[in-house]
Amino acid sequence: MGIIEVRDLCFYYGSFQALDRIGLDIEKNRITALIGPSGCGKTTFLRSLNRMTDMIENVRVTGRVIIDGEDIYRPGADLLALRKKVGMVFQRPNPFPLSVYDNVVYGLRVHGLRDKRRLEEKLVRSLESVHLWEELKDRLDANALTLSGEQQQRLCIARLVAVEPEIVLMDEPCSALDLAATANIEDLMAELKKRYTIVIVTHNMQQAARVSDFTGYFLLGELVEIGATHQIFTTPRDPRTEDYITGRFG
Amino acid sequence: MKSDMKGRGRNKLERTDRLVRLSLLVVAFSAVSTLAVITIFMFEQGAPIMFKYGLRSFLAGSDWYPTEKIFGLWPMIVGSLYVTLGAMVIGVPFGLACAVVLTEFSSRPVRRVIKPVIELLAGIPSVVYGFIGVVILVPFIRENLGGPGLSVLAASIILGIMILPTIISISVDSIQAIPLSYREGSVALGATKWQTVKMVLLPAARSGIIASVILGMGRAIGETMAVIMIAGNAASVPRSVLDPVRTLTSNIALEMGYASGEHRQALFATGVILFIIIMILNTVANVTSSRMKGSKG
Ligand SMILES: Nc1ncnc2c1ncn2[C@@H]1O[C@H](COP(=O)(O)OP(=O)(O)O)[C@@H](O)[C@H]1O
Ligand SMILES: [Mg+2]
Repeated sequence: MGIIEVRDLCFYYGSFQALDRIGLDIEKNRITALIGPSGCGKTTFLRSLNRMTDMIENVRVTGRVIIDGEDIYRPGADLLALRKKVGMVFQRPNPFPLSVYDNVVYGLRVHGLRDKRRLEEKLVRSLESVHLWEELKDRLDANALTLSGEQQQRLCIARLVAVEPEIVLMDEPCSALDLAATANIEDLMAELKKRYTIVIVTHNMQQAARVSDFTGYFLLGELVEIGATHQIFTTPRDPRTEDYITGRFG
Repeated sequence: MKSDMKGRGRNKLERTDRLVRLSLLVVAFSAVSTLAVITIFMFEQGAPIMFKYGLRSFLAGSDWYPTEKIFGLWPMIVGSLYVTLGAMVIGVPFGLACAVVLTEFSSRPVRRVIKPVIELLAGIPSVVYGFIGVVILVPFIRENLGGPGLSVLAASIILGIMILPTIISISVDSIQAIPLSYREGSVALGATKWQTVKMVLLPAARSGIIASVILGMGRAIGETMAVIMIAGNAASVPRSVLDPVRTLTSNIALEMGYASGEHRQALFATGVILFIIIMILNTVANVTSSRMKGSKG
């Protein structure tokens, strides 16, 4: 029983099948890493968990994704509430071209919070939880695009934390960052795991090994294997997983 | 030539390059200097008479009887500003709304058809707009709202429609140029499409939208033919939107044919004032847009 239960999930872009009968459970307050060669469907899978895939025309989904006991693909599902609950950090930091302040409180405003004092409280708390408050407290009016790459990615996490999601999806969140910044973001993830369930896609196996509790291996739209990270990296059950992690593939 | 003397032997490509650059420079210079000459000519013809009769009476005088040497341009200045403002009030919200609907709330095939059609509207000669105004809009206003029909309102509406293509096509381009990642970021936080438009896309497209408004404004204030046909052209300050009005451009076009002597110079002076007003409006718009860009969104 996980906070997310995926059953028989198939995903099609037009007639191209990108995911084939994916089934897995994701545990609460754990970091689950998804690895696999590029084009194997990791992003597609991640985005099907908060239905960001709905933004693309001509896609089709079968199977079930149950989050907190409710199938997110049931007719009439509340997408806005879903995305509030299941937030997302993208591959390239994508702060809005607005001030730092407006970025962090964006989600709160979207969900109807208008009270200035409450907004500010949450702003401080969110920036503190990503360790940006000290750096940015005097630059709240600055355009977010003037921040460094790492700061931008932290800001995007702060923006997410502000709306208090339960689950945070991260799609190669460090691929646009340098090594030092990557290490910092990884530390941050370890902290965030206390409050959130994190699903991270990475093509970097060391990263998966470092940060995650569970690892799943995707190949050509299939979930080959999922299990405890140390098990996957030491005693994989499937030879294809072994090929991949020992570098004989990809 | 110098380098030849140095004996380093420039190759042919480099010479062609220099030649092309030189001829482009000549072309650019002659284009710019033509504009400069026109401007100088206009000032040379128009400025003296303004000082002769006094700048104040020229700008603030509310009577225009050129044959009696009374040259008050106030009604026309007000008229130009009124119809331009009216055109903006009508054209900007409609244009922006259309741009948003086209980019965010319609499918690609719809957009592919509608956008070129709208751009085609920009190619319709202004006399046709004026004609439609005279035949349909003016009688409609006369019968339903009163007054002569030829009015500030009629001119504002027609000008508002005429600037739509400018505003729509530039705004659409600038909204479409916004990276998909902004939309994704917003939607992923649980925002609706409309919230995304209002809180991210419009601010992000702001400079393009302001550019479209400035261009639209330039088109509205400079438009002559359509305005002459539907504005009534009375050289007096309108008391309501249903009163007739004469713009600076109309003033020149209406009287150019028979003006001579000081009257003619007064029309050049009208051009000078129009020129200055447009300069001021552009500067104001540019400064506000750059100031808005500098501060927080
Ligand atoms: N919008 C799309 N339309 C059509 N095919 C797509 C689209 N996005 C991804 N795909 C295809 O789906 C497959 C999986 O892509 P993706 O989920 O991005 O893989 P990954 O994130 O593992 O690199 C790829 O073959 C890709 O070409
Ligand atoms: Mg990917």
